[in-house]
Amino acid sequence: MDMLNVNINGMDLQVPKGTTILEAAKKCNVHIPTLCHLNLGELGVVNQTASCRVCMVEVDKRPALVPSCSDKVTEGMVVKTDSMRAIAGRRTSVELLLSNHPTDCLVCPKNLSCDLQSLAQELGIREIKWEGKRMDYEKDLSSYSLIKDPNKCIMCRRCETMCNDVQTCGILSAIDRGFDAFVGPAFNLDMVDTSCTFCGQCVAVCPTAALTEVNEVGDVLRELNDESKHVVVQVAPAIRAAIGEMFGMEPGTLSTGKIAASFRRLGFDGVFDTDFAADLTIMEEASELVHRIQNNGRLPMLTSCCPAWVKFMEHQFPDMLDVPSSCQSPQIMFGAIAKTYYAEKMNLNPEDITVVSVMPCLAKKAEAHRPELSCGSDSNVDIVLSTREYAQLLKEAGIDFATLADDEFDSLMGESTGASVIFGATGGVIEAAVRTAYEWITGETLENVEFKQLRGMEGIREATVTIGDMDVKIGIAHELGNARKLLEDIRDGKSDYHVIEIMACPGGCVGGGGQPYHHGDIEILKKRTAALYREDEGKAKRKSHENEQIIKLYEEFLGKPFGEKSHKLLHTCYQPRERI
Amino acid sequence: MQKQHEQLKTNDFVELPKEHYEELETYISGVKDKEGSLIHILHKAQEIFGYLPKEVQLFVSRQVGIPAAKVYGVVSFYSFFTQKPVGKHKISVCMGTACFVKKAEKILDAFAAELGINKGETTEDMLFTLRDVRCVGACGLAPVVFVGDNVHGHVAVEDVKDIIQQYRKGDE
Repeated sequence: MDMLNVNINGMDLQVPKGTTILEAAKKCNVHIPTLCHLNLGELGVVNQTASCRVCMVEVDKRPALVPSCSDKVTEGMVVKTDSMRAIAGRRTSVELLLSNHPTDCLVCPKNLSCDLQSLAQELGIREIKWEGKRMDYEKDLSSYSLIKDPNKCIMCRRCETMCNDVQTCGILSAIDRGFDAFVGPAFNLDMVDTSCTFCGQCVAVCPTAALTEVNEVGDVLRELNDESKHVVVQVAPAIRAAIGEMFGMEPGTLSTGKIAASFRRLGFDGVFDTDFAADLTIMEEASELVHRIQNNGRLPMLTSCCPAWVKFMEHQFPDMLDVPSSCQSPQIMFGAIAKTYYAEKMNLNPEDITVVSVMPCLAKKAEAHRPELSCGSDSNVDIVLSTREYAQLLKEAGIDFATLADDEFDSLMGESTGASVIFGATGGVIEAAVRTAYEWITGETLENVEFKQLRGMEGIREATVTIGDMDVKIGIAHELGNARKLLEDIRDGKSDYHVIEIMACPGGCVGGGGQPYHHGDIEILKKRTAALYREDEGKAKRKSHENEQIIKLYEEFLGKPFGEKSHKLLHTCYQPRERI
Repeated sequence: MQKQHEQLKTNDFVELPKEHYEELETYISGVKDKEGSLIHILHKAQEIFGYLPKEVQLFVSRQVGIPAAKVYGVVSFYSFFTQKPVGKHKISVCMGTACFVKKAEKILDAFAAELGINKGETTEDMLFTLRDVRCVGACGLAPVVFVGDNVHGHVAVEDVKDIIQQYRKGDE
């Protein structure tokens, strides 16, 4: 490998050709502040627009300061990051950004998690020197998932990179020019009128509050304080590996027991686990797969748990709507069972039940409002909180999460297996499905339930699993750009997979748009993933069809998997949508 | 009140001549590097339709295979592109440095007053569109005004009425 000599702040070091000044500086423990820069390593998410000019450094023999995030080291380069000129240059960049940024930090949704705010603090800025024109755009409040506030946009283009390069949705672009420039959809349409999937990855990487989630914490508090309501809560798998971060715990700390305890403290009438519904999903989805394989049905079958992925397909591949499984997502299945079976068992009027979901996802908010996923006029799921909103609810209610003693979920819809826990990581749903399909097809007991070939962080993975006398070819994709590649192969008849799992977000739900902000640190996502596999390992039962509450649900209520009642309650259909 | 999930609102789309779309489609199909030629394609589209309403931008987006947001980004970036129908005569008042110091702003104001419109607008009879442009490279003639392809140099405020009249007459 070609190595180059570089001197940074008086320190000599060698770096491989192609290294940026920023990366080289990191190697000799020199910190250069950044703002627009984002690099999620092997996930292939890179924003290198050098638009914020915050990482400027002085390079010998170069007349102007250079952006260290994008400029590469050249042989013999002498860099100064700590000269008066470099420090003043960086400071000016931040001061200029602040001169056109609202200073309502105290009441801003990103208060204490805003990168611009942190930067102002890091650089010790105590006054905004310049007073000038301010941007004045309306907020986009059109969707159930996210809020766009262009007045807080600093044109870092991270959202654009996510939306175009990673997710290939192409909703967000820089519009207009100069001072009037902002990021928005075509023709400045409302987000709800575009083909946005509401994956929320733009929110996940936005350094400021230009993109945030729709906050429903107040709605939950209102329901909890309404005597006439029976409020039940479900929590998705990926939350247990991430919520601790919001309370100063190490990334990857498992908080399953604390979550159950916190729900009880908050006063929920039923404390449940979406994992239960994930096991139910496997019962239905594995049945559907076996049915499709045995009846020469449409293959490959694609998983349908991820609502951003479902909407992506409706907009981008409207000619292929027979490919995904007809199974509703676990969140919706939970709501459907809560408002039927649970209502019956508890002798409750379904209209008096409020179903609250805690999800790592912003697309789940929009999903809950899809009319075909409701029972009559009533939604299956009433309110969806992101992991971040759940943390806010706990803080508002004065619950010291980190010190809570572990508690259990309620019975009826609280039991879960290891198979359901791994739904939160890319490859997890398909691994769970294989565990069940294997036993159903062969009639044998599966001894080693871990299919490690299905795990990992690569964007597209494939594996063949032998089930009985059949080699089942499995594809896995996370991030929608990778999904697009698999879909195009299917359309072109080049795909020989039997089943494909797709998740919209990097790493699967652990990297969801509603999770605690990772601030560009991919290690956090890996630790969350490892935590989920750890929880699976520690479970007595690791196959969905062994979940006793699920077995009972079928015996007492649903009949058989993929049967008539299941079809009515737990399956759905898709509709072609316009692409814009 | 938040909106329900809904299909793209197409009811405010305008009907444009089919043969215009066909002409544009033929042009685009002859372009080799479609994505790299977006600006050329948009120039052609504006030449054919006279302006670039969102239905034309959407058409280009789908033909070229790039997101509509990107097309809109380009159209909104370059002042040459217009998203509103323009008048028969485009009056472009140069605001480059040389024209500016020769009081081009007063010329622009005089046109605006005479036509009863602001810059960027079109008269109701669709005869004139008034715009300001960056340096056109005819500094020796400052202040300079283009009407369509015709150049009017050393324009004084008193000339404005006559220039407008000249084109009005030509149309009668």
